Amino acid sequence: MMQRALASRLAKPCVFLLALLPLGYWLTALFQDALGANPAEALLRGTGLWTLRMLCVLLLVSPLREATGWTLLARMRRMLGLFVFFYALVHFSAYVWLDQSGQWEDIALDIPKRPFILIGLLALLLLFPLALTSFNAAIRWMGAARWRSLHRAVYLVALLAILHFFWMRSGKRNFDEVAVYAAIIGVLLAWRVRRRFSR
Amino acid sequence: MNPQSSEITPRHVFEGRRQALRRLLSGTGAISLGGLPSLGAAQVLAPTPKPGKLPPLPAKPSAVAGALAMDKLTAYKDASGYNNFYEFGTDKSDPAANAHTLKTTPWSVDIEGLVKKPGRWALEDLLALSPMEERIYRLRCVEGWSMVIPWVGYSVAELIKRVEPLGSAKYVEFVTLADPKTMPFVGSRTLDWPYAEGLRMDEAMHPMTLLAFGMYGEILPNQNGAPLRLVVPWKYGFKSAKSIVKIRFSERQPATAWNKAAPQEYGFYSNVNPEVDHPRWSQATERRLGEDGVFGKKRKTLMFNGYEAQVGQLYAGMDLKKFY
Repeated sequence: MMQRALASRLAKPCVFLLALLPLGYWLTALFQDALGANPAEALLRGTGLWTLRMLCVLLLVSPLREATGWTLLARMRRMLGLFVFFYALVHFSAYVWLDQSGQWEDIALDIPKRPFILIGLLALLLLFPLALTSFNAAIRWMGAARWRSLHRAVYLVALLAILHFFWMRSGKRNFDEVAVYAAIIGVLLAWRVRRRFSR
Repeated sequence: MNPQSSEITPRHVFEGRRQALRRLLSGTGAISLGGLPSLGAAQVLAPTPKPGKLPPLPAKPSAVAGALAMDKLTAYKDASGYNNFYEFGTDKSDPAANAHTLKTTPWSVDIEGLVKKPGRWALEDLLALSPMEERIYRLRCVEGWSMVIPWVGYSVAELIKRVEPLGSAKYVEFVTLADPKTMPFVGSRTLDWPYAEGLRMDEAMHPMTLLAFGMYGEILPNQNGAPLRLVVPWKYGFKSAKSIVKIRFSERQPATAWNKAAPQEYGFYSNVNPEVDHPRWSQATERRLGEDGVFGKKRKTLMFNGYEAQVGQLYAGMDLKKFY
């Protein structure tokens, strides 16, 4: 049943539209002035949170595929990976233009002050080679083995993203939400480690 | 000491805070209202349009120098919907959603420590202690945003003079309510509860230091620190303790909530100062909520939040980088 749905031609467009829902919400809310008293902050935080959520969804694909036998889930992985990159870029843009008003001198001063920004930036930079090699020809050019090991960098991105979130929240020692995401990502990464060693 | 008026007020009156305050203010309650102007006078004098959400708290425009900022007022929905009040949750929208459980009647404030007249003050007596003034203050949060709020209250100095501090009293500590039954996040590990703040005696005695009972011409919404709170406009917002239950006079500098949690980040003084950055971010600019647009540039933060003329002399000769 699920396999049939995943095989359908509509499966990818459906996931595509679902993944765009957060963006659609922000744009609508922005025009309706429904983002609360501090819309800039709401967008900055919302885009970060959704990048992290997309990352969780992406990392869930393989374990879910093995657990359920829905092998066709693998077809969604690349698109979901690109959505992680997309939301990370939106988040970065929100930081540059909403938080820092596009003042590059201010950003240069801000980064050493807030190392968690540097961590976030690092995670974003790591996503670039993955996004740039996300088409089939790249796998051929690089060779499947090398391509796969490059794309394992997404695990590092996940760890950096959690560190970024943790560090950001440490200002007010408000770690409840961080713990939830750290647990999810921890479980998803642990599953991969176990699988590697149980072979 | 006056009798506890909340004890002699009929039960049905103090069960409903809004109703009780309405009665109190219109003079039909069981208590006398020495210092409060009548409602009629307030209608003439109150310059701020009332949001019509809570009982009115009439006030005259303050005569204290610098107490009526000319800045555009922040919308009531923003001032009452975007709050830091960690006892009710850490999201800015949590206090407005959760603080309805706070019980503000009966309420009393204990005066303790180095004073000639320690004791318990009922809220009704505090309300009547001194005439209510409206003061329009800028509020600068340590997080880098700001608002402009018309508060209603009187100088904390009025109360301090009344309780006659001893010569040895150098500091004033403001301890706030920590009731796990009505405050769902008391007990979270973010801070040590109860939330306490403190001022040096001369800071507390400064006429700008406000004991606020209302805002926008009405009594305080719970999420803004009802029924009474401190407002120290030249310091970062967290210094202005909410829902105060105890005021203690001491010789030694009291431990304060955020200073205990992260001493290298939040100092005892915490004066607004664009030249002294928070260790993790710049304090040079701020976003005025509702005014500086989403895509707009932030505005420059002013020394002592623009109150340097009024309070600068309190810190003459002090190294403000060291005493941040």
